[in-house]
Amino acid sequence: MATTITKTETLVGKRIRRKEDPRLITGTATYVDDIQMPGMHHACILRSPHGAARIRSINIKPAINQAGVVAVFIGKDIEAVGPVPCGASLPGLRVPAHSILAKDRVYYVGHPVAVAVATDRYIARDAIDLIEVDYEPLQAVSDPEKALEPGAPAVHPEWPDNTAFTFHQEGGEPEKAFKEAEVVVKQRITSQRLVPTSIETRGVVADYRSAEKNLTLYSSTQIPHLLRTLVAQMLGLAENRMRVITPEVGGGFGSKLNVYAEEALMGFVAMKIGKPVKWIESRRENFLCTIHGRGHVDYYEIAARRDGTVLGLRLKLIQDLGAYHQLLTPAIPTLSVLMMPGLYKFRNVIADIVGVFTNCVPTDAYRGAGRPEATHGIERMMDLLALELKMDPAELRLKNFPGKGEFPYLTATGLSYDSGDYAAPLKKALDMVDYHKLRNAQRDAKAKGRLMGIGISTYGEICAFGPSPATPAGGWESATVKIEPSGKVTVLTGTSPHGQGEETTFAQIAADELGVSMDDIIVLHGDTSIVQYGIGTFGSRSTAVGGPALYYALQDLKAKIKKFGEMLLESDDVTCSGGQCICNKTGKTIEFAQIAAASYRAMKLPPNTEPGLMATHFWEPPNFAFPFGAHIVVSEVDRDTGQVEIQRYVAVDDCVNIINPLLVDGQIHGGVAQGLGQALCEQAVYDENAQLITGELMDYALPKASTMPYIETGHTITPSPVNPLGVKGVGEAGTIGCSPAVVNSVVDALSHLGVRHIDMPLTSEKLWKLVRQGGQA
Amino acid sequence: MTRKITLKINGKSYSHEVEPRLLLIHYLREVVGFTGPHIGCETSICGACTVELDGKAVKSCTMFAVQADGRNVTTIEGLATDGRLHPMQEAFWNEHALQCGFCTPGMIMTSKELLERSPHPTDDEIRHGLEGNLCRCTGYQHIVNAVRAAAAKAGA
Ligand code: FES
Ligand code: FES
Repeated sequence: MATTITKTETLVGKRIRRKEDPRLITGTATYVDDIQMPGMHHACILRSPHGAARIRSINIKPAINQAGVVAVFIGKDIEAVGPVPCGASLPGLRVPAHSILAKDRVYYVGHPVAVAVATDRYIARDAIDLIEVDYEPLQAVSDPEKALEPGAPAVHPEWPDNTAFTFHQEGGEPEKAFKEAEVVVKQRITSQRLVPTSIETRGVVADYRSAEKNLTLYSSTQIPHLLRTLVAQMLGLAENRMRVITPEVGGGFGSKLNVYAEEALMGFVAMKIGKPVKWIESRRENFLCTIHGRGHVDYYEIAARRDGTVLGLRLKLIQDLGAYHQLLTPAIPTLSVLMMPGLYKFRNVIADIVGVFTNCVPTDAYRGAGRPEATHGIERMMDLLALELKMDPAELRLKNFPGKGEFPYLTATGLSYDSGDYAAPLKKALDMVDYHKLRNAQRDAKAKGRLMGIGISTYGEICAFGPSPATPAGGWESATVKIEPSGKVTVLTGTSPHGQGEETTFAQIAADELGVSMDDIIVLHGDTSIVQYGIGTFGSRSTAVGGPALYYALQDLKAKIKKFGEMLLESDDVTCSGGQCICNKTGKTIEFAQIAAASYRAMKLPPNTEPGLMATHFWEPPNFAFPFGAHIVVSEVDRDTGQVEIQRYVAVDDCVNIINPLLVDGQIHGGVAQGLGQALCEQAVYDENAQLITGELMDYALPKASTMPYIETGHTITPSPVNPLGVKGVGEAGTIGCSPAVVNSVVDALSHLGVRHIDMPLTSEKLWKLVRQGGQA
Repeated sequence: MTRKITLKINGKSYSHEVEPRLLLIHYLREVVGFTGPHIGCETSICGACTVELDGKAVKSCTMFAVQADGRNVTTIEGLATDGRLHPMQEAFWNEHALQCGFCTPGMIMTSKELLERSPHPTDDEIRHGLEGNLCRCTGYQHIVNAVRAAAAKAGA
């Protein structure tokens, strides 16, 4: 008789409140800034006030003479430290030397120039005001299109064309498609620079023990292991003598998926002064020198037939890179190109990217990373096509999806969409808003002079990064499961959750597989000395890649439990579930805790079996996962103020199986909030001298409780072969689907005035002017 | 130059010599060791540093420690009594009103005071009441749910 292990009770799929919350709601969690150490010093960084300047001289004496200041370091002191790494490679990519402190030149406002170290936070802050830097200001350029013009100031003098790379991709026969098209629609579409703005800024504590040559780095990061590998390299340390600990991380959204100058700099400082040192980024620094997101100028063209069948897609993408490459900077727009056809059957595509240097802080991965830009582009273009053809935008979309039977669907950009029923979430969303009735209501409203609009977007998302050959650092994930001698279960995940809730969802998975209580399980992460190597948390990958790694580790462990169970029950007909093994013949049982104790005591072992109960699995996904969905927004523009009121927000997502619906809703809500921020209010603005004029929360508008609409969520479930749990990512979906739905609704509200397109953010000033000028920008 | 201050924090009396320029948030976090209130901006916008001062929610990043001399401060650490969570903490937990948790101590302090001022708020009133607290993770919806749930429970 087969002795399969069966589940007894199911926690996966339940709305379970989180295991991580008790420490967070009582204020007892430890974030980087909460760490205190004996003899700890504080660092403060002096940054360039210029977008571009030569450094003629630096006088650190007045600072160093200050009581309490122990050291000041400038560019010439850090010659031995390696450059800030760029992990992306593209053919012909120009990579500027990126030292952790500026040497003879600064390239953007916020560029680190010197670091002052003092016994006290306030003294360190005072000290940087006393450092005298003689700058020779140079001409700077902040607009990527201007940077490409002949004669523009060169960001890096060695590359006067400001071009870091060009990238071409095509599939099918795009030229032919455009020649044969009955209709061609064109539009310039921007995705403005955004500031990720995690509410906890970045921060680092470095502690060096010279006798052992051990460096411990506490950092608010999403990638502890990669950070260790790369910072050890920068500092010339043995990797096994470096430990990275990510304590509680107060939000990341991609901005902490990076290796920053300050992380190596604090290691360097700790090694120099022989004392622990802490650096906490100020909010102003967070705006100036933590990566920004987006920064696209896109020129789109769609070729189609009059009946609405799409034929071809052409994109010229200008990516504002900023002054340097951070970890993934140049790779982000290539993700946009991969996803440019969206969910539609464009068989002929052509794209050209120009990566442009500007005197701004680098752009890099910010929630969605390349996919929100692509989705915004294609979804705006589908609406423009619908407008041109006088077709309903929902009908146009439904007409161009691949059919249910066409999966796996190979896109013209070379991706294989694993599974899907793209019409399902759209139809569900249309039902939720009662679309036909809604269109009638809109007609009535418009007849009365009200500016009401309905906006639709559908999205596909490449996530669960990903198969290793397609990722810069390995795309697998790891998990270890241990049953301790007492029977308690410890899970170690290589992911690095920072709000997503994997301490809960992974405990749900383990509880189900082992049949033990969630209270008996603890999930640890974010300490390179405790957890096996892992890749980290980003790109909606933790559950979709880390989850299966855990699942397989659990299978290995269960197999071992069963061997012990058979030995201890003296039977080969044993079933293990619900926290115990049972002999199917005698009915005799033995608890996992007893098995665990016996496995460690090891008086007797099953054949070919090692003592102890522990299993580790590194899981390599065969493909990305492609969740999808549809958002519908109903909005109204106030004629007198230009203010947009979101009257309804419907988000339907298909991320297949849901481990914890409460947490999935949370991810969607948060994602939508960030999409709405981009659509309506957020924008990082550099002036012509490359000064960031939205450099504080005063000047950069984040969504607030009072400005967020109520979000109605729905889900469809289309089974996916992509992994054994049947899960896809959901962390970025809300953001990706949002901005085009909002803009489409507002354009729809104003279309009778002749408005075809509006670039984000849709500020009331912009809309008020449009309405007053009868649709003319 | 320092000045001596004496104040009550979470029901206990503390006395320290502090620099006049020391911010209350730094005093609480670094001198006394209450690291529950966080620093998200230091410019009075994000609300992560919110504590109660004589029963009113205030942003402790925009106040000097010396201004709290002789007064009564409650931080997030002071809410649970005898190991029992405050109903607002319980509601945040039940409703999944937090993700990274960084805004949460401030959010809970503001929400608690909001209900003390207005025990039966509408959703709109909750949303406006929380205007001074930023959360980048949750989209606020579950926070509004939590405040509504706490109000309902208190009214029940
Ligand atoms: S830290 Fe006080 S309001 Fe942001
Ligand atoms: S939970 Fe992360 S900022 Fe609110």
